[in-house]
Amino acid sequence: MATKRNKYESFQVGDTVYRTTINKMQKNRKPYTVPDARNLHAFIPGTILDIAFKDGEQVKEGDIIMYLEAMKMKNIIKAPFDGEIKKIYVKEGETVSKNHLLVELK
Amino acid sequence: MSLRTKTSELRKRMREAVQGGGQKAIDKQVSMGKMTARERIIELLDDKSFYEYDLFVEHAAKDFDMDKKYLAGDGVVTGTGTINGYPICIYAQDFTVAGGSLGYMHARKITKIMDHAMKLKVPIIGINDSGGARIQEGVNSLAGYGEIFYRNTMASGVIPQISVILGPCAGGAVYSPALTDFVFVVEGISKMFITGPEVIKSVLGEEITMEALGGAKVHAETTGNAHFWAENELECFGQIKELFSYVPWNNKKVAEPFPTKPPKSKYKISKVFPSEATEPYDVRDIIRSLSDDSEFFEIQELWAGNITIGFMRLNGETIGVVANQPLVLAGVLDVDSSDKAARFIRYCDAFNIPLLTMVDLPGYLPGVDQEHSGVIRHGAKLLYAYSEASVPKITLITRKAYGGGYIAMCSSHLKADFVFAWPTAEIAVMGPTGAANIIFRKEIAQADDPDKVRAEKVEEYKAKFANPYVAAAYGYIDAVIEPKETRRYLLHALDISKSKSVIMPDKKHGIPPF
Repeated sequence: MATKRNKYESFQVGDTVYRTTINKMQKNRKPYTVPDARNLHAFIPGTILDIAFKDGEQVKEGDIIMYLEAMKMKNIIKAPFDGEIKKIYVKEGETVSKNHLLVELK
Repeated sequence: MSLRTKTSELRKRMREAVQGGGQKAIDKQVSMGKMTARERIIELLDDKSFYEYDLFVEHAAKDFDMDKKYLAGDGVVTGTGTINGYPICIYAQDFTVAGGSLGYMHARKITKIMDHAMKLKVPIIGINDSGGARIQEGVNSLAGYGEIFYRNTMASGVIPQISVILGPCAGGAVYSPALTDFVFVVEGISKMFITGPEVIKSVLGEEITMEALGGAKVHAETTGNAHFWAENELECFGQIKELFSYVPWNNKKVAEPFPTKPPKSKYKISKVFPSEATEPYDVRDIIRSLSDDSEFFEIQELWAGNITIGFMRLNGETIGVVANQPLVLAGVLDVDSSDKAARFIRYCDAFNIPLLTMVDLPGYLPGVDQEHSGVIRHGAKLLYAYSEASVPKITLITRKAYGGGYIAMCSSHLKADFVFAWPTAEIAVMGPTGAANIIFRKEIAQADDPDKVRAEKVEEYKAKFANPYVAAAYGYIDAVIEPKETRRYLLHALDISKSKSVIMPDKKHGIPPF
């Protein structure tokens, strides 16, 4: 009986804990994190072009920091607010995957 | 010329045509573990029942020197025959002929046999094995796909439509299977995707193999596009034959009845069913304890396992079963399980198959991903499908039926004809712990020993509400029954529902939350 019990896992719904199996979809899910507006990520996989700023430089809201070329389109990566470039994590010509961190602002 | 010479010329022409793309192409097909198009049809259909049409159709391409090429039957085999003695129309794309590519006449052959199926009101089976559109035929091949999709849609809910993916099925071609009722895939052979690995790589830089992108397991486990997965083609054909034993030829008929058989004695409810609501069990054991000969033909077994759907027989008649599966995620409803159940309910309703719903769920799956994937819109499909279904609807509540899950799982409010509950049923707005925490929040907070008071209050709530009798007192449950009496009640409920008719409001069609 003890071995049989072990094949189940605990799973909470509401305030109750059930014994059951957890499927792949549920196991692979990523926990939600509050997006940080200071971190700019690639919203699509692509290639980095024309980086216009260096670490430590000031940016104004709307400034074009770099381009992300994907699907034959040059997507503009803009500063979302006035601030300072804390660190640029990519180089020109670099291919990045989706959600890759491009720039950290402060 | 004599009849004999004419006949021998016919035979010669036929011999040439059935060669398909020639021996080399056939050898290649076989080396991939695949049968040829005609072999597949002959294997699937009853012995000597296949009659082929349009064998001498030739392709219509003029450009790019295509007019100098001969493509046997234009790469698709069509005809009629029987499965288990039931008439069917069938087509099979022949990969050995120009990669089974779809040109104008190829599509015309398919739409012609589909039109046949609709006229004769018999099922249509499509065996897909094609590289895609025949580029040389340009817009004519696109037109061909469009004509097929239109017919798939018109035939939907009128005749059963089966898609068997026995090779590549890529680009626009995938939408024909997606519009049909059931999709069969075979390990290592089926490949389905809209854009292939090469396009994905060149545009997005993402690398993935064909198998990992759209192989059989992917569609059976992850996307839910496939309903049946098999190790090889022969096993797949066995599944198709079994499916056809459960469904009627068309929407004006009922499935052929089988001789009735009692469930096997090894499936006993008392042996497999834990009464404690937090303990797991395999709901398929309960289904087999109720069904004729303990048979259960499961659909989409590998996808959204938290709900179980499939066919069984009661008194020889086909019944569609929808059951929460406590074995997986405690049987919660979520985006995928709602989609899975809702579509199956609509299938059963379209083809006059009564529904048995078995309820044991803690509610909906909590999580940001679920909410952001639109669990509201997807969950609504279940409510819509159950409310709309006018076939006999029987509901059996075995244990938990909490909150929105209780309503969604064919409650009497969605016009179930009969709702039965076992004495272990708990029909409540939520689980006892959650309910006690809310109702007795003050008492618990103010107590010297909150945990002790909480435990007391949970027990108090359980004793009062975690049972079927509160719902029964309002008439929301028709009968609280002993588990061992279940089959008797189900048989009677079905028997007495034979002439059920529902008058629907006058409308063209509803707007389900697709």
